[in-house]
Amino acid sequence: MTASAGATLEPNSHLKARAQWHPLEIAFWLSTLLPFVLFPHHLVLASQIAITALFALSLDLILGYAGIVSLGHAAFFGLGAYTAGIVSKYGWTEPLLGLLIAPAVAGLAGYASSFIIARFSHLTLIMITLGLGVLLHEAANRAEWLTGGSDGLQGVRIGPLLGTFRFDLYGYTAYAYSLTVLFLVFLLMRRLINSPFGLALRGIRENRTRMPAIGAPSHAHIRKIYTIAAMIAGIAGAVLAHTTSTVSLGVLDFQRSAEVLIILVLGGAGRIYGGLVGAIIFMVARDQFSGIAPQYWYFWIGALLVTVVMLLPNGILGGAAALTRRWRGLTP
Amino acid sequence: MTLPALATLGLEKRFGSLVVASDINLTIPHGVRYALIGPNGAGKTTLINLITGMLRPDAGRILLADADITRFKPYARVKQGLVRTFQINTLFPHLNALEAVTLAVCERHGVAGTWWKPLSAYGEAVAEAYAILETLTLATNCYRLTRELAYGHQRLLEIALALATRPKVLLLDEPAAGVPREESTELFAAIAGLSKDITVLFIEHDMDLVFRFASRIIVMVGGRILAEGTPQEIAADARVREVYLGGDAR
Repeated sequence: MTASAGATLEPNSHLKARAQWHPLEIAFWLSTLLPFVLFPHHLVLASQIAITALFALSLDLILGYAGIVSLGHAAFFGLGAYTAGIVSKYGWTEPLLGLLIAPAVAGLAGYASSFIIARFSHLTLIMITLGLGVLLHEAANRAEWLTGGSDGLQGVRIGPLLGTFRFDLYGYTAYAYSLTVLFLVFLLMRRLINSPFGLALRGIRENRTRMPAIGAPSHAHIRKIYTIAAMIAGIAGAVLAHTTSTVSLGVLDFQRSAEVLIILVLGGAGRIYGGLVGAIIFMVARDQFSGIAPQYWYFWIGALLVTVVMLLPNGILGGAAALTRRWRGLTP
Repeated sequence: MTLPALATLGLEKRFGSLVVASDINLTIPHGVRYALIGPNGAGKTTLINLITGMLRPDAGRILLADADITRFKPYARVKQGLVRTFQINTLFPHLNALEAVTLAVCERHGVAGTWWKPLSAYGEAVAEAYAILETLTLATNCYRLTRELAYGHQRLLEIALALATRPKVLLLDEPAAGVPREESTELFAAIAGLSKDITVLFIEHDMDLVFRFASRIIVMVGGRILAEGTPQEIAADARVREVYLGGDAR
C-alpha cells in the first residue's frame, strides 16, 4: 500500500496519460499536409478523403462509441449537402454560412429521429435507420422544386472562401478547406471521447441494460450523441457541396451509408483514428481499383472487406493495437 | 414512528395467466439487513425487477421513504437511492474497473453528460471511485478490463458499481452466485461491513449465509410472501419448514 496521496493521484494520472497526444498522432496530422507537396495533382482526391473521413468520424461517435448501428447515416450527410447547396443557390455564395446552417438542419433532423433511435437496438435499429434513410432519399427525389430531383440541384454557385480563396480546379482550396474542417471537428471529438460523456457512451455500448442501474439516463445520452453525430455528418455533406459545387441525389444514397460503415469497420470502429485510416484506405483503394478495372472495382472492395474482417475483427487499427500489445508483452 | 426505507403496497404482476407477484406488502425499516429466500421460481428476482422498475407492476405502489416511486423510470429510482445488483454479472466488459465505477460516480454527480471537459478534470470523482474499489479489495486490479477480471472480482465489481451510486436501499440479487464457498463468506463479510445507513435486501440460497448475515428474513413461495420475521421466527415457522427448509434438511 502506497501513501494515501499517491493513491488519489495515481488513478487520475492514468486517465490523463490516456488523453495525452501521442507522437504518432502529431506525425499523422503533419503528414496530412504532404499531399500539397507530394501529390499536388491529387488534391481533389485528398479533399474527398478528408470529407469521407469526417463523415466516418460522425458515424464512429454513434457506432464505435455508443454502439448504435446505423445503415442510414447518409440522411444527415445529404441534408447537410442539400442545405449548403440551397443556401448558395439562393444567393449566399460564401461557404461559411452554409457550413453553419447545414449542421443546424442535420442536427434538428437528428434530434427529431433520436427519440425513435433511443428506444430500439440491434436489428430493429438497423432497419429503422435504413428505412429513414430511404424515406429521405425518396422525399428528396420527389421534392423537385427544392432539390432538383434526380437531375440534382441546379444553379449551385460557390463563391471564394472568406471572400478571398477561390475554389480552383486543382483542389488547393478544396483540400485546405476540408482538411481544416476535419481537423477542427476532430479536436472537438477528441475532447468529447475523453470526457465523462465519452465514458458514458462507452458504457452504453458495453451494456445498455446496466446503465439505468447505475443511475444513467441512457436515452438522454443517446439522443445527445445522435444529434451531435448528425450535425457532424451535416458538416461533411456541406463541405462536399462546397468543394464540388454540385449536389445530387447520390448524397442520400443507401450506398453512401453502407460505404461509410465499411470504412469504419475497415479502419476500426471505436477508435478515433479508425474512420480516418479507413477513409484513406477505402478511397485510395477505390481510386486505384477503378483505374485497373473500371467495371469491377467493387469486387476488390468486397475482397478487401472480407479479408480485413476475417483477419482483423477490430479493423486495421485494432489489429495494429493488438500487435503493439504483443510486442510490448515480449519486451520486458 | 419513522418511515420505512422501502415499502410496497399490494404489488401485483402476472405474465398471461402466470401470477409472478401477488399482493406483495413489504415494509423494510431503515438500516436492516434483509434476506429474501424461497425456492426457484418463487418470484424473488421478479420482485427486485418490479421494485427497481425493470418491470411494471399491474397493480400496487412502491414507496421509497416518503416518495411514491411507482411511476419512476429505473435510472430515476437509482438517483433516489434505490439500487440493485444482478444475479448474472451485468458489467461493462471493455471498461476497466476504475472507468466503470468512475462512470457511476459521474452519473451521481450529474456530470456524465459533460463533453467539453476531460474526465481527468473530475479528479474527486476518480478518487472516490478508486476509494470504493479499495474497500472492496479491487484497487490492485482497477486498470484491468472487466472481462479479464477473475469471476469473484467481477462479483465484487457488481457491488462496487452499486455503491458508487450511494444507495439508501441496496437490493442484491444473489451476490455470491457462482462464487466458491470460502469466497462467498468473504463477500458477505464485505456486505455486512457496509454502512448501517444502507438498508440491504439480498437474495441468497445458502441458509448458513442467510442466518449469519440477515437480521430479518422474507420467505417467498409462488409469487406470494409466505412469512416474514427474525431468523429464529423463520426457523421455527412450520409452514416455512414444510415448503422450503423441509427439502433442505440441515
